[in-house]
Amino acid sequence: MKFVKWIGLSLFVAGFSFFNYFFFASDYRLMPDGVKAHLDDARAALFLSQSGDLIDRTVASQFDFVAELKLTAARANKRVEHDYGIQESELQKLLAASAPVFLIHRVDSLWRDSTPEHEFKRKAFRDYGSWLDGQPVTIDQLTLVADNIRQYAVIPTFGFDRYATKGLLYSLTKASSTGPLPKQPLLFLLLSVGLTLVGALMFIFPKLARHPGIQNNGIFFQAIKNTGWLGVLLGSWLILFYVVLYFYPEYMVNWIILVDPVSRWISGHEAGRFFLYGFIYTLCILVMGVRFLIHYRHSSYHLWRTASVMFFQTAFAFLIPEILVRLNQPYFDFKNIWPLDYSFFFDYRLDQLMANGSLGIFMLVWGIVLIVVAVPVLVYFFGKRWYCSWVCGCGGLAETLGDPFRQLSSKKISAWRVERWMIHAVLVFAVVMTGGVLYTYFTGSSQVLFFNSYDVREWYGALIGAGFAGVVGTGFYPLMGNRVWCRFGCPLAAYLGLVQRFKSRFRITTNGGQCISCGNCSTFCEMGIDVRWYAQRGQNIVRSSCVGCGVCSSVCPRGVLNLEVRDEANRFGQPVLTGNNGVVEEGRA
Amino acid sequence: MKHIVIVGNGISGVTAARHIRKRSQARITIISSETTHFFSRTALMYIYMGHMTFEHTKPYEDSFWKKNRIDLVFDHVVRVDPPAHQLILKSGQSLLYDQLILASGSRPNQLGVSGETLDGVQGLYSLADLQRMEEHTRGIQRAVVVGGGLIGVEMAEMLRSRNIAVTFLVREPEFWSNVLPLQEAALISRHIRKHDVDLRLSSELGQIVDNGSGRVKAVITRSGEQIECQFVGLTVGVSPNIGFLAGSGIQTARGVLVNEYLQTNFSDIYAIGDCAERVPVLPGRRAVEQVWYTGRMMGEVVAQTLTGMPTPYQPGPWFNSAKFFDIEYQTYGHVPAQRSPGLADFYWEHPRGEKGVHVVWEKDTRRFVGINSLGIRLRHDCFDRWLRQGVSVDFVMEHLPEANFDPEFSERHEPAIASAFQSYLLPTAV
Repeated sequence: MKFVKWIGLSLFVAGFSFFNYFFFASDYRLMPDGVKAHLDDARAALFLSQSGDLIDRTVASQFDFVAELKLTAARANKRVEHDYGIQESELQKLLAASAPVFLIHRVDSLWRDSTPEHEFKRKAFRDYGSWLDGQPVTIDQLTLVADNIRQYAVIPTFGFDRYATKGLLYSLTKASSTGPLPKQPLLFLLLSVGLTLVGALMFIFPKLARHPGIQNNGIFFQAIKNTGWLGVLLGSWLILFYVVLYFYPEYMVNWIILVDPVSRWISGHEAGRFFLYGFIYTLCILVMGVRFLIHYRHSSYHLWRTASVMFFQTAFAFLIPEILVRLNQPYFDFKNIWPLDYSFFFDYRLDQLMANGSLGIFMLVWGIVLIVVAVPVLVYFFGKRWYCSWVCGCGGLAETLGDPFRQLSSKKISAWRVERWMIHAVLVFAVVMTGGVLYTYFTGSSQVLFFNSYDVREWYGALIGAGFAGVVGTGFYPLMGNRVWCRFGCPLAAYLGLVQRFKSRFRITTNGGQCISCGNCSTFCEMGIDVRWYAQRGQNIVRSSCVGCGVCSSVCPRGVLNLEVRDEANRFGQPVLTGNNGVVEEGRA
Repeated sequence: MKHIVIVGNGISGVTAARHIRKRSQARITIISSETTHFFSRTALMYIYMGHMTFEHTKPYEDSFWKKNRIDLVFDHVVRVDPPAHQLILKSGQSLLYDQLILASGSRPNQLGVSGETLDGVQGLYSLADLQRMEEHTRGIQRAVVVGGGLIGVEMAEMLRSRNIAVTFLVREPEFWSNVLPLQEAALISRHIRKHDVDLRLSSELGQIVDNGSGRVKAVITRSGEQIECQFVGLTVGVSPNIGFLAGSGIQTARGVLVNEYLQTNFSDIYAIGDCAERVPVLPGRRAVEQVWYTGRMMGEVVAQTLTGMPTPYQPGPWFNSAKFFDIEYQTYGHVPAQRSPGLADFYWEHPRGEKGVHVVWEKDTRRFVGINSLGIRLRHDCFDRWLRQGVSVDFVMEHLPEANFDPEFSERHEPAIASAFQSYLLPTAV
């Protein structure tokens, strides 16, 4: 058994090393056909005209390649600015013709030809400069108009703005990867992800030889589980992974190419970065779910709960949305709930659902019913755990991949204090952002009170959606425990928690006076609840943050804690320890 | 402002301090020479096993004490001078008190065999013991644990967690069968063996052998067998830690003698927890009870007494719990190790042999007396209520499902237990 375990570990390390190596492996060669496939004719011609010697030249790393693409795009932008942008000399002419006041029709005489350049400039100046009509003007005002035209008209119309550049970098890099990997992606997928998986499972299965029961031996002696060098290394890797995934996907095209065959097989389309992410995410939940199942095979509660998160991730979060795409239906995760699914009310998603007939409308109604009916009703009957540790994808990853790190969450009162304002602030942020987005959707006006709804939603996506939920939420597993996002950031957890705290039948019951204050419950609470504080005074635990994972109850050596749904009456219990005659309650004293 | 000084920062002393603070503004000082801050002694094993660090075993953050104006003194009391209301500390300082609470706990017993003072031979009670055990067991191959009680099995589990081979010498015919009825004791013995512990029943330690440089090399049992080992855990019970009271005039026997108010022969000195000995003994209880729960209860009681509400120590129905490797144990009421006249009992064991329930009642009245449970969690409040009410065993068996405290989705055994109980009763009913 020990033998199997060590082979497994070796395979895991080998597979994971291959995976990392493949990140850097390919050469990159830009081919004219690739450019033409990803750009419209005019832009393709422009880009190719500016690409110098990059065409058909082999570049050894994606970093150099992307840098060259950026330069090319910048040159292309310079080119269109030169062609379509309004030049200093033209502004001087306008100024000279604008005494005493500027008249907008002057632009027709300045750019009187029927060339595309002159037509564009005439129209653009009317669009962006008509506010100056009939006014005395300065050169600064005219320059401002010219700058706006360059930024908002010239570049987006003829060149590559920020978004177009980002998309261009990604798609051209992906199309330009050459070498064995893009030719045989499946083989390389098996060599990396396949080996990692097999190795992990071989490492995990020998645990079956241990007697069923709590498997926490040695946790605080292990470098990976106690924020030692290995934990810091893993955390850094995860953080880098998320930063690249969310902000620099053009560098990880090789990894995406690896899963292209899988994506084509499931949805019929080539893979994007979020397919890669979903694929790895699901595998992590499945493999580490097996580990959790083996660890807790003495507890039916954990068996059911873990099987549930494994199922919901695989079916609802990963397969069904891809299959919907294959059927030309909207990509939709039926178990994702606003405000965790913060873009649910974004215009493009609403439009997409409403454009997709009865299924689209059903999805829209379903999503709203989850928010207004399922959350309060199910939390009332079962506690927020029905979602957080049975259904949710973030919770699913935390309970499986994150389980080895649950003991790292801070139990300090100061951490609780930060948690309470932070998670509710995110909820407020999500509500305000969504309100603004909907206001814009219905009125067409992007200015809401003092903010621009597009800016706010972009900030939310970058700060909360990518930064908090991804980079911090998972990257910090080995540093701050496996529920950093759920505890400090998830607006849905905040909403579920408010219901759980104020209107629910759920509680963790403390068993009379049996607590011995050992601290296992608090140590292994992933949400950082100081469970012992309640248990040792004989009081039930009712906390908005509790996700009902049930591990406190499992690790308790004296059978003190139990997750229960019972009558709401006396749910909090009295702080009194059973078994001592003549002693008054703590609270009364 | 009166000054209450507490000697010992274990569960008894700390509970007393906390409850006094809730009820009064008195100045409170806790003296301990073990640690600066309160930690949970019951969690020592988990530090060794790597489940927790020492920090995790502290039930209150360090800021708690200052916030609650409880002064902590890290020093050792060498002498108590009751007439002068004075404590002399090891540092040479002295401390005046108005009221004194002795909560000095226990110390491990010695067996009186040769070799007991060798390096690598020790008991396990204090944090210092744990640190010594850490050093003594680093890199060793085999250990011998002597004494079939709760600390013994904990030590065996601790050592096994580090893959150290363990021979476990138990004097009784089954593990802890001086406390548990044979059926439960046998079940636990089997389970201990499943964890690869070399459990030797009915065997006693003869002597401990020196390796020539003052360290343990082997033990020799009474039957003459020599077992090579590099560590010996001596867990043959604990005794009240009262040596520092010698000559103080405070009356002691096994422990510090206290009346029903936990008061010693000096009216301003009290003793609670492991170090206290009740005279007269409460019916159905021991004079010295070295259990977490009783220490805590005495702390609660003495706090009321010292804050204007004199309260006699009257523990409710007995309860206790433990965990033997993977098997949890709970007990409520009285389940004697030996069959007692006038009592009847019923034992049910799960076919897989890792769960069991033992119920005891009065033969004549059918009044429920007590229950032992292995591998099934029971609700303390139910049994506390039923024992106070004096319900019948039939009532208990009928209402057993209400008292179940196992996690949701757990396999439920009440129907099997109830039907086994019925068929057990049938022959006598005829």
